[in-house]
Amino acid sequence: MVGEIKVEGVVKRFQQQNAEEVIALSGIDLRIETGEFVSLIGPSGCGKSTLLRLIAGLNGADEGKLYIDEEEIKKPSYERGLVFQDPMLFPWLSVYDNVAFGLKARNIYKANHMEVQKFIDLVGLSDFSRSYPHQLSGGMAQRASLARALVNHPKVLLLDEPLGALDAFTRMNMQDELIRIWKERGTTMIMVTHDVDEAIYLSDRVIVMTPRPAKIERCIEVQLARPRARNNPEFLSLRSKILEILHFTGTVAEPNYYL
Amino acid sequence: MKKLNAWLPVLSAILAILVDYGVGNIDKHMPAKHPYFMYLLVVLLGAFTIIALLSYFNPKAKEWIEDRSLFIAATILFLNVINIVTKKLGLLPVIFFPTLDKIISIIVEDRDFLALCLGSSGKLLFTGYFFGAIAGFATGIAVGFSNSANYWISPLIRILGPIPATAWIPLVLISFPTTFTASAFLIALSVWFPTTVMTSSGIFNVRNAYFEVSSTLGAGKYYQIFMVGVPAAMPHMFIGLFNGTCASFITLMTAEMLGVKNGIGWYINWQKEMMAYANVYAGLIIIAVTFSILITLLFKVRDNVLVWQKGVIKW
Ligand SMILES: Nc1ncnc2c1ncn2[C@@H]1O[C@H](COP(=O)(O)OP(=O)(O)OP(=O)(O)O)[C@@H](O)[C@H]1O
Ligand SMILES: [Mg+2]
Repeated sequence: MVGEIKVEGVVKRFQQQNAEEVIALSGIDLRIETGEFVSLIGPSGCGKSTLLRLIAGLNGADEGKLYIDEEEIKKPSYERGLVFQDPMLFPWLSVYDNVAFGLKARNIYKANHMEVQKFIDLVGLSDFSRSYPHQLSGGMAQRASLARALVNHPKVLLLDEPLGALDAFTRMNMQDELIRIWKERGTTMIMVTHDVDEAIYLSDRVIVMTPRPAKIERCIEVQLARPRARNNPEFLSLRSKILEILHFTGTVAEPNYYL
Repeated sequence: MKKLNAWLPVLSAILAILVDYGVGNIDKHMPAKHPYFMYLLVVLLGAFTIIALLSYFNPKAKEWIEDRSLFIAATILFLNVINIVTKKLGLLPVIFFPTLDKIISIIVEDRDFLALCLGSSGKLLFTGYFFGAIAGFATGIAVGFSNSANYWISPLIRILGPIPATAWIPLVLISFPTTFTASAFLIALSVWFPTTVMTSSGIFNVRNAYFEVSSTLGAGKYYQIFMVGVPAAMPHMFIGLFNGTCASFITLMTAEMLGVKNGIGWYINWQKEMMAYANVYAGLIIIAVTFSILITLLFKVRDNVLVWQKGVIKW
């Protein structure tokens, strides 16, 4: 059993250009079980991406510690795959070579090269494996970057709004694909999303964060059986519950509209 | 007018032939053994007639010729004017402005010796260029990725870099065993500087996010340097190579005119001292053609290496 994440009392501050300090995360405590699917939801700029970056090991925490399977997270590893908010494909590599990057970097491409095409097919880019990133649409690029992270078979997959640029239809398909991969692999999934429906549809737990400085406002267990129906009354009641938390908490929420 | 477009070079060539044939020569010039300019015009006439005819059947040929017919016609007209001004009217000082016949005759009749000169220039250029470019990439990558290399080498580059390589000639000529190694070193130096500067600045400009992505995908330090940093900096590296190429040409010519006892630069200088200006022009034409072929090759290589860049950045 691998892929348990523990976040203990994590504080992260950023120095802005004007020497002002922004507290992105103020005291986050979180425990994510092996194989759990967790969604992070919260207002823009509250620190969701920052939290994922800390779990990935790209930034260090100013206070507190993060662990994977009881081992402190100190630097990035392929075991914690991160799909960035921007697809960030390497523009000098074709879609195929982008997806193959992780395997080649880890020197296991020869033995596993079949995987590359498999994941390209999975995200529906079979006809574009020879294309360069600038020839892709935003949604296609996002799917390619998802395939690039999946091919490494990470223990933990960190997803920063991975389906944000997709149309509703492709989006629902990709959600089902994510669920399928998650079930098949038992990968721990931590996903940032702005879409409450998506969060409920996918996750075991929805974590609602407060506006900056981000704290965890509420953790909401979703105990619906899968496959979930989006019009199930319980689904809808969870949905209005989360929306309520998002709207009526935090005094900053309203003035935000005028800024 | 549009219909005639493909035929403009042909018309211009016919005009030049009529002038060369019909107008009498002034007898200030030493005549060449053969009417080489006429030969050239006939060849051009033949070639462009074929292309013009082809343009009716082949859309590619049509596009090619229509794109440049005006320029080619104007070029032939320009040669025609030179021919009139020199051979026909002798308006310019004869010693400095020989006839086109004479210049072409040198290229044709002296071709063996010219090829020899070109060969030795080429050997010198490629030796210097090769080592300069390799050294440039190496220092550029070191400066781009290693803080201590940056600390120690950057000031050196900033102080030594802007000195034109040719300014080192007095020092270099006495400290190297042969003029060949000395000149090769100078050429390498002139390529090294722009390559280093552009390579390192290219690496500094790579978006950090690419390194972050690659580290979450399991890439180690060296893999990141050579598989992320270098390809991402490749467009800059090519600008460095391009500047280095131009600098290497200048250095090559200067070195050959000052110290090396063969090569095309030396040939030009030698002929100039003999007041053989037809040979000087012949040498210049050969240099122009060779260098522009080399630059074109470099562009071709770049276009192949940087296919991914089409549509990302405009050159
Ligand atoms: N590298 C950085 N330097 C300075 N400030 C930063 C940096 N990264 C993030 N921040 C600040 O931290 C805060 C949280 O940013 P973060 O990107 O985590 O938000 P987010 O919740 O992902 O927002 P969104 O939903 O819009 O993506 C923001 O106020 C941002 O300005
Ligand atoms: Mg974000």
